[in-house]
Amino acid sequence: MLDRARDTGKNDQGARAVPTISRDEVAHLAGLARLAVTESELDTFAGQLDVILDSVARVGEVAAEDIPPTSHAVPVTNVFRSDVVRPGLSQEQALAGAPAAEENRFRVPRILNEEA
Amino acid sequence: MTAVAEIMDYDELLERFDPVLGLEVHVELSTATKMFCGCATDFGAEPNTQVCPVCLGMPGALPVVNGTAVESAIRIGLALNCRVAEWCRFARKNYFYPDMPKNFQTSQYDEPIVFDGYLDVVLDDGETFRVEIERAHMEEDTGKSMHVGGAAGRIHGAEHTLMDYNRAGVPLIEIVTKPIVGAGERAPEVARAYVTALRDLLRSMRVSDVRMDQGSLRCDANVSLSPKGSAEFGTRTETKNVNSLRSVERAVRYEMRRHAGVLTAGGTIVQETRHFDESTASTSAGRPKETAEDYRYFPEPDLVPIAPSNEWIEQLRETLPELPWERRKRVQQDWQLSDEELRDLVNAGALDLVAATVDAGASPAEARSWWVAYLSQQANTQGVELEALAITPEQVARVIELVSEGKLTHKLARQVVDGVLAGKGDPDEVVATEGIEVVSDDSALQAAVDEALAAQPDVADKIRGGKVQAAGAVVGAVMKATQGQADAKRVRELVLAACGQ
Repeated sequence: MLDRARDTGKNDQGARAVPTISRDEVAHLAGLARLAVTESELDTFAGQLDVILDSVARVGEVAAEDIPPTSHAVPVTNVFRSDVVRPGLSQEQALAGAPAAEENRFRVPRILNEEA
Repeated sequence: MTAVAEIMDYDELLERFDPVLGLEVHVELSTATKMFCGCATDFGAEPNTQVCPVCLGMPGALPVVNGTAVESAIRIGLALNCRVAEWCRFARKNYFYPDMPKNFQTSQYDEPIVFDGYLDVVLDDGETFRVEIERAHMEEDTGKSMHVGGAAGRIHGAEHTLMDYNRAGVPLIEIVTKPIVGAGERAPEVARAYVTALRDLLRSMRVSDVRMDQGSLRCDANVSLSPKGSAEFGTRTETKNVNSLRSVERAVRYEMRRHAGVLTAGGTIVQETRHFDESTASTSAGRPKETAEDYRYFPEPDLVPIAPSNEWIEQLRETLPELPWERRKRVQQDWQLSDEELRDLVNAGALDLVAATVDAGASPAEARSWWVAYLSQQANTQGVELEALAITPEQVARVIELVSEGKLTHKLARQVVDGVLAGKGDPDEVVATEGIEVVSDDSALQAAVDEALAAQPDVADKIRGGKVQAAGAVVGAVMKATQGQADAKRVRELVLAACGQ
């Protein structure tokens, strides 16, 4: 289902059924985005996301086979930087905006049941 | 909770199941700067001193691709017999975790820069196994987490986490194999041999430090079992934290045995990430695996597509150095090695070390002897890989030179090597500080020879009578008296001369 929200510019989904986003899917997306969403908001957002997906699906109806998916507005490729070190931020500057720092590192809350 | 099933005996599992492997190797490129910004990439720098608005994910910061990293990616692909994409893009892989301050990792999704290749892997007995490469794509490394409050830096029981973003944004190439089937009982060995071959290849290309202990080469091992004869793959697990070549083999073997135990007991394998524990050679459950959808990939709008021209690709192909398998063939001819000798050299991880020692001036035979015999023993005793020994090919070549100049005997040479291994400096420094030198001053030796002959008059008589083989006992006594610092050959000459032979 979430494929619809993931446009890699390639996979044409074909079918254009009216999207219906379930409350569970909204809750799942909210979880992935670390958003606290209330029970009533789940219904609100489900409806709103339906409208958005429906609109996007209509754009897909206009796109013809011979029009490649567009992800960039300018026809430019191969923009590279040479591999030369450039000055960045000092440690103090880097940590200046951190809500909390310890041992010259950013201090963040532990995240349960996950390990990168 | 899953019921704890027995770990199945290896031979028994092979009678019931066929293993399927998938290996994902992450390689940190040794570029001077990061993938999308000009920050330095030095390993071990003070925390958060190699960062900028781009790699810290500050609002408005825009990435620019490191051209050298793209060249390395293409070169790696060419060496792995891959096709190069005519056109490809970066993609955002969205996830919220403190190791990525941008809240997404800039990666590639369904348009990898290179794809469809293979690597021929030589197994311990010399047999070749072809591992098909699915793809290799460009991405960036994450920051380093330090969990505080838990045991041994693990997140379990941790109170909070400290982040160092020096590593965030370092160029990574992820190389993914196609499912490896048909390896059977040799699956764990194939996994180890593949990572070894890949490491040797990348090292010869000088695109990465390929240090598993420092994390510049990391292997995630996917393992699943199919019932014997079935074409259908079972549920896979992905084992991480595999930090040495030996661990690759052990982790695959353990997961095969664990899967077999669970499946045979009627259980199901949970698709999850597992952590390998080096000390117990076993794995434990990590987080459940996200699905690709959960990452909500989309094309990176801040970076334009990459479209390598044929001319550029051919130029890069020209820059490929002699690759390990070509080197092996040449070395075998140059040094006139049998297949078996070559294999021993390769299996001992000594080929490059010997070659470097030869480049530093030593003869192939001497260089080979040091690395395969004495130094391999030392590595075994220390429980490290040969290349991790604290001695360089140049130092070994210098020791060999000192022996050939007659300044060291073989026995003394070992003492000097031991000194170098113990961190006492270069061979010449060890010789100087430890006072190791061959006693070649004939007058000093002559006195010792006379003394030894006087102590063993009967032996001296035998030598005078023509039994030159009896000289060994006298030579031994002189060597003992000079604490091994004499040149045994010279001592023998003096002994024989003293007895009129």
